[in-house]
Order: sequence, then C-alpha cells, then structure tokens
Amino acid sequence: MTTATLSLVGVTRRFGALTAGGTPAVDALTLDVPQGELLALIGASGSGKTTTLRIIAGHEAPDEGRVLLEGRDITALAPRQRGFGMVFQHYALFPHMTVGENVAFGLEARGVPKAERRERAARALANVGLGNAGPREVQSLSGGEQQRVALARALIIEPRVLLLDEPLSNLDPTLRRTTRDELRAMLHRLGVTAVFVTHDQEDAFAVADRVALLERGRLLQVGRPEELYDRPATRSVAEFIGRATLVPARRSGDRAVLTIGGVARDVRAVMPNGGTGGGEMFAVLRPDALELVATPAANDWHGTIVERRFAGALLAYRVKLADDVEVEVHTIERGREIGESVAVRVSREPVAVVEA
Amino acid sequence: MNEDRVTRKRKTLRFPVPVIATDPGPPPRRSSALVRSTWLLAAPVIAILLWSVVYPNVSVIAGSLANGALAWKEFFASPADREAVVSTLIVSVGSVIAATLIGLPLAFLLARFEFRGRRTLSAIATLPAALPPLVGVVAFMFLYGESGVVTRIVQHALGLERAPWSLTGLWAIVFVHAYTMYVYVFLFVSAGLERIDTTLDEAAEGLGASRGFRLRRVTLPLLTPSIAGAMLLVFMSALGSFSAPYVFGGGIRVLSTQIVASKLNGNLGLAYAETTVLALAAVAGLIILRRFERRRSYAMSGKGRQTRVLVTSPLARALLPALAVATVAVLLLPHAMVILVSFARDGAWTTQVLPPEYTLDNFRRMATDPALWIPIRNSVSMALIATAANVVICFVAAYLIVLRRFSGRRLLEILIALPWAIPATAIAIGLASTFNRNDPVTLRVLLVGTFWILPLAYFIRGIPLVATAVEGSLKQMDPSLEDAAHGLGASWWMAVRRVILPAARPGLIAGALLAAVTAVGEFVASVVLYTHANRPIAVEILAQLRNLAFGTAAAYSVLLIGLVLTITLVARWTEGRLARGQAPVSA
Repeated sequence: MTTATLSLVGVTRRFGALTAGGTPAVDALTLDVPQGELLALIGASGSGKTTTLRIIAGHEAPDEGRVLLEGRDITALAPRQRGFGMVFQHYALFPHMTVGENVAFGLEARGVPKAERRERAARALANVGLGNAGPREVQSLSGGEQQRVALARALIIEPRVLLLDEPLSNLDPTLRRTTRDELRAMLHRLGVTAVFVTHDQEDAFAVADRVALLERGRLLQVGRPEELYDRPATRSVAEFIGRATLVPARRSGDRAVLTIGGVARDVRAVMPNGGTGGGEMFAVLRPDALELVATPAANDWHGTIVERRFAGALLAYRVKLADDVEVEVHTIERGREIGESVAVRVSREPVAVVEA
Repeated sequence: MNEDRVTRKRKTLRFPVPVIATDPGPPPRRSSALVRSTWLLAAPVIAILLWSVVYPNVSVIAGSLANGALAWKEFFASPADREAVVSTLIVSVGSVIAATLIGLPLAFLLARFEFRGRRTLSAIATLPAALPPLVGVVAFMFLYGESGVVTRIVQHALGLERAPWSLTGLWAIVFVHAYTMYVYVFLFVSAGLERIDTTLDEAAEGLGASRGFRLRRVTLPLLTPSIAGAMLLVFMSALGSFSAPYVFGGGIRVLSTQIVASKLNGNLGLAYAETTVLALAAVAGLIILRRFERRRSYAMSGKGRQTRVLVTSPLARALLPALAVATVAVLLLPHAMVILVSFARDGAWTTQVLPPEYTLDNFRRMATDPALWIPIRNSVSMALIATAANVVICFVAAYLIVLRRFSGRRLLEILIALPWAIPATAIAIGLASTFNRNDPVTLRVLLVGTFWILPLAYFIRGIPLVATAVEGSLKQMDPSLEDAAHGLGASWWMAVRRVILPAARPGLIAGALLAAVTAVGEFVASVVLYTHANRPIAVEILAQLRNLAFGTAAAYSVLLIGLVLTITLVARWTEGRLARGQAPVSA
C-alpha cells in the first residue's frame, strides 16, 4: 500500500453565525501525520475533531489554510479525487447493497471488471474475518460486523490515508476492547497512514501512535500517549487526559516544592513547554504516581479516606488532605476503609508542572 | 454520541398514508385487567368501523351477486364497461407517467440546488393539493377549456377560426390529474431525499464515485421505494378519480363515472358489480403500496445534513429563476382565474378572452339569497359533525394501535386504511345500498335521503386522515411515559388527559384540519348521495355551471377556498395557543 504523509497548515473553519466573535470550529490547526502513522484526534464534543476529519476527507472546505499530501496542496481536490478511505461513525453502509457489493463499491467506481471486483472484495472481507459474509444483507450484520465491513470497504481502494470517525463508539464495551486491538494490529500490518477521531482517550491510547488533543478548534498538544499523560503541556491537557489533582507548586530549576497544609515536599519536576517559571504553577498529581504509606515521615501528607472504589486490578482511594485538597491514589493495597487516617506520598518522579 | 441520530422534526408537508405497521408494537403487558380494559375500549371502535366501513362494501358485493350473478354476466358482456375499464387503465397509467415526469425533477431541483426563486417555488409547489377537487376542475375549464382564457389567447395569437384544442377526452383528464397529482410524487420524493443519510453520498464520493455514478448507484436505488410508492398512490387516485372524467370526459367512460351512470339508470346490480371491480382494484393497490412502505423504512436516519448545491453555470443561473417564475405562475393561475371569474357578471362572458364585466353581485347574492346560503350552511355543519366524530373515534383507534398490544390491533389498522384506498364513489354506492331502509335485524338504518347520509360519508373519508396523523404524533411519544404516569399513581383517565392527549395534540389538530378541509369541499361522494335539502357547496357549484352561471360557480369556489384557508388558520392558531399553554411532552 502506498501511503503518504499528510499535513495540515493553518487550517481554519468557521460556521455561519460564529464568525462574529464566536470561536471557529477549527482554529489555525497545523499538524503533520508522517507516513504510516496512526494519529488519534481527541477532544470533547464540539472541539472540532470531526470537522477536521471532514476537511481532510474533502467533505468540508477550510476557510483558511491548506491540506497537503506529500507536500502537494490538495485543499481544492474533491473527495473522490483524493483516494482516501473513510470509516464513518455510523458506517454509512449502503442499505440496498449486499456486503460484497458494499466492499466492492470503490472498485466499481473505478471501473474494475466484475470478476476481479468480486475476487478482491472476497479477499478484503477475509482480511477482516468476514470471509463468507459477501452475499449477506448489511441489515443482517451486527454492529461489530458492520464496522469491519466499513473498514474493508475503505481499505479495498488502497487508500493513501485512512480516516476513521469514531469507529468504536457504536460497539458495546467488551467488543470495543477486542475490536480496537484488532484495529491497531491491522493498521500497523498494512502500514497505512491513518487519522482516527474519538472522544474516548482510552481508545486513542490503545490504538494510536500519537494523540492530538483539540479544544475549541485549537491544538493543545500532540505527542505519544504517555507524553500527554506524563508531560501535559498545559493545565487543560492535564485536566482532560486521565485523572489528576492539581496542587499549587513552586518551581526551582528541575525541582518543585509542593505544599499542602503547610507540609512542603520537594520533588523532581518536569515542565514540558519550558515556561517562564514565573506566575502561579500547579503540580499534576496522578493517582498512579501516589502511594499510601504505612510509616509516615514528617514530610508526608496526612488525610482521611473519603471514598473507596474497587477497580479490578487496583483499588482507588480518595483521600482528603489538609487545605481541602482531595487526591486519588491507585494502589494494589486493599485493606483500607472509609474514614481511616492515612498518609500519602509521591511515589513516581518527575512530576509534571503546568502554568495556572 | 448518539444525539445526532435523534430524528429531526420534518418540515416538509407529509401526505398522510396509512401504514400497517410491521413492528410488533409495545411489549406485551400481561395483566388480565389491562386486556379487559383494552377490549372495553376497542370493541365499540371496531364495531363502529365494521358497521360503517366494511358492512357497506360487503353489501355492495352481495348486491352484485344477487339474482344469480346476473349483474356480473352483464358487466362482462357490456362493451361500455369494457371501454370503461380500458379507459380507466389508460387514464391511470397516463396520470402516473405525467405526475412522475413533473414531480420527480421538481423534487430533485428543490432539494439539491440553490437558486433564486427556490423558496417561493417550494412554498407554492404543494398548492394544487390544497385546491378542492371540483374547484380545480372548474378552474381548468375557465383556463384551458374550449372558451378558456389561455385557449382564447392562443387562438387570437395564431388567428385561428376555432379553439386550438378542446379540453375533453382521455388526455384532458390526464392533464388535470398531472396538475393535482404530481404533488404526491413531489412530496414522497422530497421526503425520501430528506431521509437519505447524507453520509452515504459522502461515503460513495470518498470511494471515488462521480456524481452520475452516485445518482445511478446510490441515490436512485434508495429512492426507488419512495418513487414506486408515489407512483402507486397516483395510480390509485387516478383509478378512483371522478371529478375530472365527469366534467372533461366528453364521451369517455371510466369506471367511476360508469358506476354513477348505471345507478342513475336504475341498473343497481350493474352499478354494484362495477363498484366491486373498482374497490377491489383499489384494495389490491393498497396491499402493494404496503409492501413498498415496508421497504421504504430502510435504516436511513443520518445527520440529515441537507446540502444544496449553489447553481453556478451562467446558463442555468439565468434560466432557473425564469423557470421558477413560470412554474409558480402556472401553479397559481387556477386560483387566480377562479377569483377573477367570481367577479364576472353571469351571462356576460361569451367570446371574449377575459370576462368583460365585473361586479360584486355574485357575492352579494350569496349573502342575501337564502337559497344560495343553504349549501354553505350545509357544507360547514356537515363537515363539523363528521370531523368531530373523526376526532373521537380516531383518537381512540390511534391510541390502541400505538400504545396497546392486543389481538385486534391488525384488524383496526386494516379498518382504518380501507376507506383511504376505496374510491369515494365506491364508498358512496356502499352507503346508498346499505342505509336505504330501517331494519334492526341487519343493523340497517334509513339514512339515504336524509341529512345524515353525507356526514356519515365524510366521516368515513376522514377516518384514515385523522387516525394516521394521530398515530404519527403518538409514535413520537416515548411509550414508557404512560407507564410512568401510572406508576406515579395517575388514573387511566388522568394519564390520557395529562400525558397522551398532549402528545397526540399536533396530530389530532393536523388530522382534524385535513378531514374538515376535505369534507367541506367534498364532491364525489356528495354527488351520489345528496338530497336537495342537504346539498353541499361542491354540488351547488356543479348546478350553477350547468346553468352557465360561471360567476356564481366561481364565487362559490372562492368561498370554498376561503373556508379551507379559514379552517387552516384556525387550526394553526389553536395549535399555537395550546403549544404556548404548556410545555411540550417530547423535547
């Protein structure tokens, strides 16, 4: 499969009345997707991720900016001239065609002879584990099967870029987990450049090589999943990705001092976007970077367990510390009960520090 | 993530076609008290419908078989009847072709393209359906008849001795049908286009399909059930059409006019046989239509992002607004003509292009002459009685169909759909053959020759209109609302009053409006059943035409249009008042 590098340069899209003072749906978005990479676009609803995808596909035209493929400007190209494959949120399978006809549609549009069409469609279906589904009606398929047919239909045209709009959102949780593993494996095997829109960060982490987080049309941060988790560039990223408690911090060099209830703790710190170091700062305390300590030291934080939640492998405790700060601690320790007094300590460093 | 799948409220006018649902309805609630209460409610409704809808038709069939099926022998031997059947088929097929050729492109044009004049054109496009049947025919006579305005203009322009055409015969009927019936195709296809998930088109485009390929391979196949359904609807309407063949038929016989002729000639057996043929053909059409309806319900709910292409080609940019203006003019011409002629002095308009003398006399006489006032009073009171009965019976029927699951549900659906399929002439003959004497044993009541026969006929014709509209509203309600009301301690009546009725209200008002409008202008059943005392407006229009009192006939037509308009405005106003009075049940 000959896939390509995709770039967005300063792409902006405004919708109707929003032009007067409202924020654009997509705001000066610049983003590179290297060949063979799987990029997830995540963000809350209304963050512009689907609009971005539709601009890449050509179903929507940007008001400003350019879409480049291998450095060539394709902004003005019609969708059918781009040769991208797209998997729609509700799959958009043609209800009046069989599964096989659906998969072969892109070949039919390209004038591929019937016999070859049928043979290639059968192969594409076998690739997604639906070898015998060709003659079936699309209405008779389950949600997961429909999703795989949509994928086979998009892949059969050997797309230079594959676009997926919330491909997992209509699957039930169990199916969703197995499907996303399969999806990742298949896309990696094919080495196709793919952009994948989701509102679910777990899906994004599980599937994507890199994740781009959007908020109100702007790109907040793009990077590998653990980069966004461990080194959030801004407070917004820290609050959107994973669970975190933000604690006031003072930074000096590569260290930071976290003070809760007068108890100060000096930890190794990382500030991904450099920052000036001035102004108010917050340390991002992740539940898995904290531990409950049996024998508290003087600079551990003391508090009371106010909530206890069983989460399978781990137990999640919410601990109320001084100054009304509440932190969540994930631990394998199970014996604690609500109301118990405990001490909390940072167990993994460095701790990310963001500007307020 | 699913909020965008919520069905949007449709803005386009939908033609109420009764559908016999294939969904199993609400889940069974196994309480014997509930079953008993359901049947307590259903039994009287089913009984009334059996008595008024089924019984007359059965009586017609029985009548046709009396005397050793002599009537059938006569029917099959009669050359006139053979001619009528053939003409009916030609008219129906011709109407289907003509209506499709107008309605299909118009629907595509208005749904897919943006051009100057589009809004006006789409506002006017359904207007022909709002013209009472006989009024439309009268307007066509004034316009395109042998002494019509358009005909005379063409005649003078070409310097011809005689009229360039005469509006009689098969093609005249098809011409009139095309004007009134293309609306069905237009509405069905517009609704179909609106329902197509636009992501299907995007998916096809992304996969490399050109515009023509998408039209051929995606859009048209998805629309096929809508188009076929509309064509069948036109076929059925043309099959039972009476006004146009009656006025423009010339020497042409079609089944509906042949039935009335046989009855007038006193050959009741033959009339019954002809009615049976017409009614069975219509019911067969209904059965086929139901098949299409079922296929129409593809899962086609998408984001509904309806995008219109701005017309850019300079030629099309110049031509389309002109075409739109011309179409609007043609669509408005019949209304304008009727209004113009209503001010013409009776008897003065002979060979001129336009009526030469204008006066307010026609309206003045209608207001002052008690004899001219009677038809108006009759139409209004009979329409009100019929609609009131429709509202009560059809609300209960729709409630039972949508919210209760019981063994009579299918029967109820069929009973409601039947009067929609059976042509008005056949309904009228049925009533005439059944309610012509008092006989408690066979449940017959003497209604023929009394005031009450027409309200009954109007009631029957209104059943599918009101019931379908109410069903539509109730289906949008979450069925668990009723359970919730009961769970909170509401009595059945309180749940109906506070939850079900508010949910049914938009459909109830829309259906009542449609039934009242249909009843007030009803002609086809009326002309078979009226007496001098209860003659309605449409029958009076025909009588005035026969006296060549064109101005008076047109004045009545204007009055009828005015009545229709008034009823519509009152219904809108009522709905607006009620909607403001309380919060909507469904968000």
